[in-house]
Amino acid sequence: MASSQEHTVKAFDQDIGQLRGLISQMGGLAEAAIGNAMLALQRGDHELAAQVRADDKKIDAIQHEVERAVVRIIALRAPMANDLREVVAALKIATVVERIGDYAKNIAKRVPQIESEHRIDPISTLPAMARMASDMVRDVLDAFAARDPDAAIAICERDDALDDFYDSIFRTLVTYMVENPKTISQCAHLLFVAKHLERIGDHATNVAEMIHFAAHGTPIAERDRSDDVATSPFSSRS
Amino acid sequence: MSNNPPKMTASHVDVSYGTNHAIRDVSIDVYREDVTAFIGPSGCGKSTFLRSLNRMNDTIPTARVSGDIRLDGEDIYAREMDVVQLRARVGMVFQKPNPFPKSIYENVAYGPKIHGLAQSKGELDRIVERSLTRAGLWNEVKDRLSDPGTALSGGQQQRLCIARAIAVDPEVILMDEPCSALDPVATARIEELIHDLRGRYAIVIVTHNMQQAARVSQRTAFFHLGQLIEYGDTSDIFTNPRQERTKDYITGRYG
Ligand SMILES: Nc1ncnc2c1ncn2[C@@H]1O[C@H](COP(=O)(O)OP(=O)(O)O)[C@@H](O)[C@H]1O
Ligand SMILES: [Mg+2]
Repeated sequence: MASSQEHTVKAFDQDIGQLRGLISQMGGLAEAAIGNAMLALQRGDHELAAQVRADDKKIDAIQHEVERAVVRIIALRAPMANDLREVVAALKIATVVERIGDYAKNIAKRVPQIESEHRIDPISTLPAMARMASDMVRDVLDAFAARDPDAAIAICERDDALDDFYDSIFRTLVTYMVENPKTISQCAHLLFVAKHLERIGDHATNVAEMIHFAAHGTPIAERDRSDDVATSPFSSRS
Repeated sequence: MSNNPPKMTASHVDVSYGTNHAIRDVSIDVYREDVTAFIGPSGCGKSTFLRSLNRMNDTIPTARVSGDIRLDGEDIYAREMDVVQLRARVGMVFQKPNPFPKSIYENVAYGPKIHGLAQSKGELDRIVERSLTRAGLWNEVKDRLSDPGTALSGGQQQRLCIARAIAVDPEVILMDEPCSALDPVATARIEELIHDLRGRYAIVIVTHNMQQAARVSQRTAFFHLGQLIEYGDTSDIFTNPRQERTKDYITGRYG
């Protein structure tokens, strides 16, 4: 009896180890996708952009692998309590990371549509925002790997800085469009890029919430957002 | 989860067998509206505690029970308590189905007869039919009520024992690992039956099968080394137990 239980637990630990491995693999690919999409955008590199779009299929494939692994673990191991929460969190995190990959792919898709002749200035500030977003993704997945809910919460707090970044880019781009209507098309694309990056930050925050839930079984206490005022219909803070 | 008063309350219950202190200071309430599951490693005292709820421990010479156990506020260990009556009000179903070596009909009719619950043969017939129906066995046995109870399959025998407990119109039904001798299909039928009986009787079930506890109960109590470690909503116990020992046990890391 005792030995069969131990066997079950060992098998479960192996399964969950495999699950964590898949998620960190996905995370690495998503992070690379963000970096490459932004590089392609900066350089107007259509080939690199096409590569990002092709690589997204790998992320999707791993997500499906995670789904299959989770169904198998629940069916065969019947995990309970924190084990169950961790498996559920892994499933949800895989979905979120897949979404993050989609945003990178969307950024890459815009690269061929942006005229390379009249490139406007905000293109050079977007990579800094992208680094901020992709650092959040990397750090939150590290927190998942380390089962560290405190580190995860700290990442949530960085989302505010990303939101501020978005708001400032939004204002800059609107000014450009008003002053030079020829840039409207390009600015609209860049606005979407900024919005995608801001959404990536939100998703990293979601992952942090799942890490907290997996560890404690309760949601993160709602952060005080009373100081937020929607600054425009496109504000990140809706 | 109900806000009605508990059907039974146990406060500071201790049970020992000679020098073996099997239950230590256990307090727990059980409710008519809910199925309560007792889980915990073998030897932790689940059966001992269960038996103290209808004074079955009285039949074990070395057993000593102290503390306060009440049924609808009535002290079941009070001198004036009629133990035979108590065991009709708090029925019990055991791990191994134990039908009497008599007909199916007699197995169910026996209790109502000795408790004088039927004034006529017709009335007794109705009690037998109703009990077998509630136990989900009527359709399978109605044409062979005079066959011996022991001729039934294991799962049917267990449902016969449940019908026998139901026949005396109990308020509480205690079940000690009622499915551990049954195959999965027979087990599923018993679990379904527990689900159907819920609300009509307060049900307490001891099970070593945690999935079963999760499936059939609304409240779960985890016992360890004679102590009650944690008692709460089944969904909380299985998704987010408060106590480390509960967590270790239900995730299989106990040891
Ligand atoms: N009839 C008995 N006589 C003496 N000791 C008993 C008897 N029944 C149980 N015990 C002892 O009481 C403790 C609890 O046993 P039990 O209530 O059967 O645990 P569980 O049902 O959780 O497996 C054990 O140490 C066991 O040996
Ligand atoms: Mg027992």
